[in-house]
Amino acid sequence: MSLSLTVNGTTREVDVDPATPLLWVIRDELRLTGTKFGCGIAQCGACTVMVNGQPTRSCVTPVDTVTGTNITTIEAVEGPEAEAVQAAWVELNVPQCGYCQSGQVVSATALLQAIPKPTDQEIDDAMAGNVCRCATYARIRSAIRQASDTLEG
Amino acid sequence: MTLIKPTRRAFLASTAGLVIAVALPQARRAAAQAQGEQNFAPDAFIRIAPDNTVTVLIKHLEMGQGANTGLASVVAEELDADWAQMRAESAPANTALYTNFAFGIQGVGGSTGMANSYMQMRKAGAAARAMLVEAAARDWGVDASAITVEAGTLTGPDGQTGTFGDFAEAALDSEVPADPALKDPSEFKLIGQKLTRLDSPGKTDGTSEFTIDIYLDGMETVAVLHPPKFGATVASVNDAAALEVPGVTRVAQIPTGVAVYGTNTYAAFQGRDALEVEWDESGAETRSSAEMAQVWAEAARGEAREVEASGDIKAAFADAATTHEAEFVFPFLAHAPLEPLDGVIQLGDGEAEVWMGSQLQTVDHGTLAGVLQIDQANVALNTMYAGGSFGRRATPASHFAAELANVASAAGPGAYKLLWTRENDIRGGYYRPLTVHHLRGALDADGKITGWQNTIANQSIIAGSPFEQMMQDGLDPTSYEGSTNMPYDWPAHRVSWARMESGVPVLWWRAVGHTHTAYSTETFLDELLEMGGQDQVQGRLDLISAEAGRDRAVLERVADMAGWSGPGTGDRRMGVALHESFGSYVAMIAEVEDRDGHPFTTKVWCAVDCGFAVNPDVVISQMEGGIGFGLGTTLYNEITIEQGGRVRQSNFDQYRMIRIYDMPQIEVAIVNSQNDPSGVGEPGVPPIAPAMANAWRSLTGATPRRLPLQDAGV
Repeated sequence: MSLSLTVNGTTREVDVDPATPLLWVIRDELRLTGTKFGCGIAQCGACTVMVNGQPTRSCVTPVDTVTGTNITTIEAVEGPEAEAVQAAWVELNVPQCGYCQSGQVVSATALLQAIPKPTDQEIDDAMAGNVCRCATYARIRSAIRQASDTLEG
Repeated sequence: MTLIKPTRRAFLASTAGLVIAVALPQARRAAAQAQGEQNFAPDAFIRIAPDNTVTVLIKHLEMGQGANTGLASVVAEELDADWAQMRAESAPANTALYTNFAFGIQGVGGSTGMANSYMQMRKAGAAARAMLVEAAARDWGVDASAITVEAGTLTGPDGQTGTFGDFAEAALDSEVPADPALKDPSEFKLIGQKLTRLDSPGKTDGTSEFTIDIYLDGMETVAVLHPPKFGATVASVNDAAALEVPGVTRVAQIPTGVAVYGTNTYAAFQGRDALEVEWDESGAETRSSAEMAQVWAEAARGEAREVEASGDIKAAFADAATTHEAEFVFPFLAHAPLEPLDGVIQLGDGEAEVWMGSQLQTVDHGTLAGVLQIDQANVALNTMYAGGSFGRRATPASHFAAELANVASAAGPGAYKLLWTRENDIRGGYYRPLTVHHLRGALDADGKITGWQNTIANQSIIAGSPFEQMMQDGLDPTSYEGSTNMPYDWPAHRVSWARMESGVPVLWWRAVGHTHTAYSTETFLDELLEMGGQDQVQGRLDLISAEAGRDRAVLERVADMAGWSGPGTGDRRMGVALHESFGSYVAMIAEVEDRDGHPFTTKVWCAVDCGFAVNPDVVISQMEGGIGFGLGTTLYNEITIEQGGRVRQSNFDQYRMIRIYDMPQIEVAIVNSQNDPSGVGEPGVPPIAPAMANAWRSLTGATPRRLPLQDAGV
């Protein structure tokens, strides 16, 4: 079945089973591979993308429920919050294996877009859905705070 | 040292620039392999291109522990390169060139990545530098000794300057130095400094390529259904419904189960779910893990096989004023790397190319060739970034490579991506072994420890594997490492091991035996010290032998960092633990509070001596990660095998991961003992669980004897 999908600002037709999780459309059809598969049941957050600016677990989102929305993947997160987050991530050497980090960056960017100066509690709440098996959480917290600080200036 | 200079101009023309390979005399059984024809192989460690980039081929899997950055930084140091011009690339599978000197095969584990590469990479960098200098000397007509190199720039006596790229081609004609001079560590500019990890940018913007990210023309994605019990096999398959799923192209029975091929991932997963399979469970392991734990505990209470002893242990207990006894049960654990096991294969006629996060390339390469029945020379194995491993991708049984090859063989020439689901992973076995420890301690009338006895029961990881030759007279040190060679001087002690058997495949799991031995020994010792009226830090210091200066130093340092004056009396208590593993010494103090009946660790102080810290920020990050990894496991993780043999847990909803809100504040200090670099990937894991448990005992009066804590009713 052909569906119209707007990903990273471009609208494309994809011919897929409408129940296909958005994750597999993004990866298998659109070949945007920054978004990862970790669990398939919305427990780990490796598949996080933005749907109309909201962090969304693409592995449990049927593709036909997001037609007509704006979907943003790690490949196209942009704006001052995304730049600040990614700069802090690199400067603080956050990633280890790196597999979860696309999802972490998307969630952190969405957090700062909504709350430019989050409290520690708000950081923990916003990032609670993103598992890092390497447990880089201490640096994720630091990087979000640093990104928030640079945004203020 | 033998320097290998490629002689095939054709290869050089294709890559352009200086290529250097260095093979060191092999200390161990790889000696024979290191000599001979591979001297003419084009593979190398360093490639300097005319565009002035320096690419270091990394012989070890980058699975998050910083291998790319670490090895490249060592080369850059001796080369006097600018960090910005450095690149890293995974080396291809080639045992002769890329062997790990600790094992004699290509592969990494046991936190050996830096330790076995440090001098090799230094010499490679120094040799390349000398060859570039010689090329510049020829070009400028000056003496090589008059040329200086700094941050990637060569400077001549008359103000001539050039980049590495400028001389990359000409350096091919330079003499290969037999024994290039190495820097004095006091001259280091990059080693010992914080550097931006080479893999950070790509892992932050989503461009880093993992195995799962490979898409080949016409590639099919393959999902597998494994037996529900270990040792069960396929009896019959009804694939009618699976084949009706749109996009499913075929179903094949393979030795490990049933494979479903699809034009996309969703089709393959849907097809797998639609399979109807009858299993032959006649050879399956049907005992529950609880049943096994009882058998193991029985063995741990018995005599078992002595592996280390001193003094007169019988007299120590016979003469004791007080004795103490405890039994600990440690569950099976899954590694659960966030990237599920996956591999891609392009199978041709008599040749194949494979991409996977291979941690033991030599073993996987041989397995692929063997299963495919293709000459190994015609099988190329490319090592990809791995989305975590924690030991999971270092399987002596090479079962994943074999399954990948079987998937391809069953379907014939073509391109295939085998992708495990999380359920395949959690239920797939190769667990940290279920383990029971039985400890006894003897105290004299003054409260001094006079006897220490520890008996450990678990399966052997290496028996029956290609690593069986590591066994010592029938003993598998990975089963009890950390319970032996303790830093403490006991008047009498005895450590024993009982080898258990089950149908559940087991594997090394980040820090291997130390994952359980650190917990039992450091919590039990803490209890004995308390019984003897001693402070937990000073009591340990009093016990540490004269030879164990590195243990003493990290313990003193961490006590100082935390301002230790005992566990405390308030809502937050401190617990301490000390444990050496893989040549690195780590002491931790955890501060813990009771939140609704559960331990919450608010802060961890960590002192580590890993010898000379090549990349201090990587060392710190590995301690932080090790603490989080160990903490989450201790709180939440176990694999439960139900009566009948099925695994209860299947995904992260039941096999709970540590999350950001569980993470303590962490302060790490590197104690530089000036010893040779040792590993950091694993040593941060063992001490956190006993440190936390000791603090928890201060709060509650009891050490959890069964992990995880949530299973112990905590």
